[in-house]
Amino acid sequence: MRKQHWIEVGVGAFMLFGIVALIFLALRVSGLTLDRNEPSFTLTASFSNIGGLKPRSKVTLAGVVVGRVTDIQLDTKWYEAKVTMSLEQKLEGLLSTDTSASILTAGLLGENYIGLTVGAETDVLEDGDEIRDTQSALVLEDLINKFLINSTKD
Amino acid sequence: MIGLDSLARLGRAGLALMAALGRSGVLFFQAVWGWPSGQGVKLWMRQVHFIGVLSLIIIVVSGLFIGMVLGLQGYSILVGFGAEQALGQMVALSLVRELAPVVAALLFAGRAGSAVTAEIGLMKATEQLSSMEMIGVDPMRRIIAPRLYAGFVAMPLLTAIFAAVGILGGMLVGVDWLGVDEGSYWGTMQATVDFRADVINGMIKSVIFGLVVTWIAVFQGYDLVPTSEGISRATTKTVVYSSLAVLGLDFILTALMFGRI
Repeated sequence: MRKQHWIEVGVGAFMLFGIVALIFLALRVSGLTLDRNEPSFTLTASFSNIGGLKPRSKVTLAGVVVGRVTDIQLDTKWYEAKVTMSLEQKLEGLLSTDTSASILTAGLLGENYIGLTVGAETDVLEDGDEIRDTQSALVLEDLINKFLINSTKD
Repeated sequence: MIGLDSLARLGRAGLALMAALGRSGVLFFQAVWGWPSGQGVKLWMRQVHFIGVLSLIIIVVSGLFIGMVLGLQGYSILVGFGAEQALGQMVALSLVRELAPVVAALLFAGRAGSAVTAEIGLMKATEQLSSMEMIGVDPMRRIIAPRLYAGFVAMPLLTAIFAAVGILGGMLVGVDWLGVDEGSYWGTMQATVDFRADVINGMIKSVIFGLVVTWIAVFQGYDLVPTSEGISRATTKTVVYSSLAVLGLDFILTALMFGRI
């Protein structure tokens, strides 16, 4: 009877240990947040070139992550990329209509993300509005091309 | 005539293989049917203790050392690109996606699978299994099912422990010894490891490996030739077949899970 008891204690400790390890992997390693469904609002923006932007790329304001890209579609009318992003609820009604969105790169070879810069208008963007002022991704090859053309002109 | 003979030998080997696969399938379904309940829960718990708790030391020690080696090797490669901040990402992704499920399953096959085969094999050789049937105890329910379900439960837990300990081992080397910034070790890890795509897929792998390894171990024990040589052969077969099955399945599962990127 005593032996069975100790076996049960051992198994219990083992399972607890395993579950703690799984929770560690979830929270500490993958950075999963439990409040996944925090309230948000969406904005859209059209870019002529999105470079390496992907769904789940981050959206930043002054370097602070304020949202994620949720969807990227090709607009077949203007042949532009239509990017939908979901931002924190508390920013709704605070971003002016002349807010600009540009696609930036983290480091020289890092991932692409969207950087927002707030403008000066008094009217504000509401849920579902489109950001007019956009700046496409910097494609390194284009930049090198321009540099070479400029340097041969001189 | 010689050609015909070797053709017949090939055919016999194929038939024997098919028959063994069929028997193992029947065994699997009979054992799954014998879901432990009532008194069976105690038997199941004893098996979780034997193949899970007692495997803990080898899993923790190997996880720690594999994490430390990954930290050291990863650092020496990444520092060449000036990207040693990405060490956490490298250690965590390689552990969570591949190394933890595969290495834990291989250790599990060597540590627990061989023991299960030898135990059941000895029971068969000493005719304990037949005696059980004689007195009306179903050996499927009494012997096979608790071991199968114990492997099914223990393997994902051992994998999670392996990955967690390995990541801490990588931090021990990377952060405390080689001087990678602790914030960027965890930061790059959290930015790139996705819970569903990486952690859950690793766990799915480990559940499948646990099932396959204990299935092979139990079948080899139940199906062996009941002699001392038969037991030793079956134990070897368990380790060899489990390792091959784990590595082969790992490629297939990885292709299914990550192949589309």
